[in-house]
Amino acid sequence: MSDSRIPDPSAPLTPSGNLRRRQIFSRLTEVGATGAAVLAVGVLIVVIYTIVSRGAPAISFDFLFKGYPDGVGPMILGTFVIVAVSTAMAAPVGVLIALFLTEYAGSRGAGPLRLTLDLINGLPSIILGLFVFNLLVNHKGTSGFAGAIALAIIEVPLIARGAQEVLLLVPKALREASDALGVARWRSVLTVVLPTAMGGIVTATVLAVARAVGETAPLILTDFIFDPKKFSLNIFGEIPNAPVWIFKLSEEGTEKGYQEAWGLSLVLIVFILVASLGARALLGRSKRKLSS
Amino acid sequence: MTGSLDYTSEQDPMTSAPTNGQGENQPVPSRVRIQTGPPAPVTVPETGVTGPTISESFQPPPQLVFDAQGIGIFYGAKQALTDVTLGIRHGQITALIGPSGCGKTTFLRSLNRMNDTVPGFRIEGQILYHGHDVYGSNVDRVEVRRRIGMVFQKPNPFPKSIYDNIAWAPRNLGLKKGLDERVETALRGAALWDEVKDRLKDSALGLSGGQQQRLCIARAIAIEPDVLLLDEPASALDPIATAAIEDLMHSLKGRFTIVIVTHNMQQAARVADRTAFFSLETSGEKPTGTLIEVDETAKIFAEPRDPRTRDYVSGRFG
Repeated sequence: MSDSRIPDPSAPLTPSGNLRRRQIFSRLTEVGATGAAVLAVGVLIVVIYTIVSRGAPAISFDFLFKGYPDGVGPMILGTFVIVAVSTAMAAPVGVLIALFLTEYAGSRGAGPLRLTLDLINGLPSIILGLFVFNLLVNHKGTSGFAGAIALAIIEVPLIARGAQEVLLLVPKALREASDALGVARWRSVLTVVLPTAMGGIVTATVLAVARAVGETAPLILTDFIFDPKKFSLNIFGEIPNAPVWIFKLSEEGTEKGYQEAWGLSLVLIVFILVASLGARALLGRSKRKLSS
Repeated sequence: MTGSLDYTSEQDPMTSAPTNGQGENQPVPSRVRIQTGPPAPVTVPETGVTGPTISESFQPPPQLVFDAQGIGIFYGAKQALTDVTLGIRHGQITALIGPSGCGKTTFLRSLNRMNDTVPGFRIEGQILYHGHDVYGSNVDRVEVRRRIGMVFQKPNPFPKSIYDNIAWAPRNLGLKKGLDERVETALRGAALWDEVKDRLKDSALGLSGGQQQRLCIARAIAIEPDVLLLDEPASALDPIATAAIEDLMHSLKGRFTIVIVTHNMQQAARVADRTAFFSLETSGEKPTGTLIEVDETAKIFAEPRDPRTRDYVSGRFG
């Protein structure tokens, strides 16, 4: 038996031994992996196709800019207001956390904090919604602000981790340069490190915004009673918002309701896609700028 | 330099006590007063000289900027440097040469406490800077670096404009008056002004490697430090850029005390007044870097006292 494992040097260079079997296995693995990748892309394409084909007929000027029953303008505006407020709260905190992780925390402090951020990021958003519901809504009434708080909790770990990644890319040599000039650390951070990493930080924030725009569960618990006819900018009152309205429209069970739900979904997904793709392009550009 | 440049403000009364233990009480006649450097703190009353008569050949004791005594440096359990005693003289260029891993850069970086943030860093012995312990308990390392500037091996300009690279530190240190003038002075000092005066607003990253390194030197001298530490400043540059940096060092000599680490022995021979030779020695169980010999550069290269120095400078090392 052992003889057959040592190929005869003069034999032709065709597969011998168990090489044929290994080649078949290798090919099967390749086909399986490729198939899974195609499936993932396929699902995305099918989802987007469905949303576009069913939502597009609903899109019109009135639909986008007028209130109920003609359109969903208040909901779109409200979503932007809620997300803007939540990002205004989450971005500074997230960037400061990232600065703490990269500039001040030793490896002993950074590890647990990173784990904490990842755990918050993994929390089901319905649980965050329930938490904020108990904190701010129960016995007090729904408000856009409560929704914004819940969304901010979702955004903080995304911004912190994303910003941290870019801050780590800022070359050590730049920090050494500013240290060697006898300038205090916080000034170096503020005027050299942060500006250098700004492109990436903006990207991380945009990605977090894209995620927050589509979060439904927290809003269903915190900002679910509103007047769909009224454009509102008052964050401390009820604000119409898109995710909850999509939910309500599809609960109606009417033809018009479904069509409008798809239409509003299309608006949201276009925003998310544009934001994500734009952010990624921006990130790629600033990474290239850093590494050059 | 402009009239606002005043090195004496950084000087300290303690400088008046020479730290090398020689001639502490010897009055120095005014005609042999130290010419280089700041208005000599070692002045004596012009009249009423009552000390012993001093011969014509009297040499004033060298004024030490750094006086390192018995320096040992550890990174965790690993000893990088053992028992280095070395004085750096005012207004001169001192070169540190030696093979890789002998602790030259480690020693250089310990002079302005750039090693502090390295995990496990520990230092033995004492480094006196104008008589003050650099690692003293009430010493702020930001202040140390304010006075002791550093230029690194790889040019590391900020991703900002040429002007902002120079102006950044003065702005942050509150030296906002006459900023344009200060930037120009620094760029002229680094022999870069003529090449960049028409594009001060352009990004510094668009400069060539040699220009970037001179920009880094300009950035360092813009805050008028007392000492410049250069860590292999030309090792990443081509010969022409290297020559420019060496010329620059000659022109900066006297205004600044310069310590340069270099792998290039010819460079040390060309630019340095004094040269210190470091090497790896196996005295204990593991080899660590140590100082073998320090002397006038000409002596080190022509007639070194130690055979190890001779082997190294004649290229027979290893």
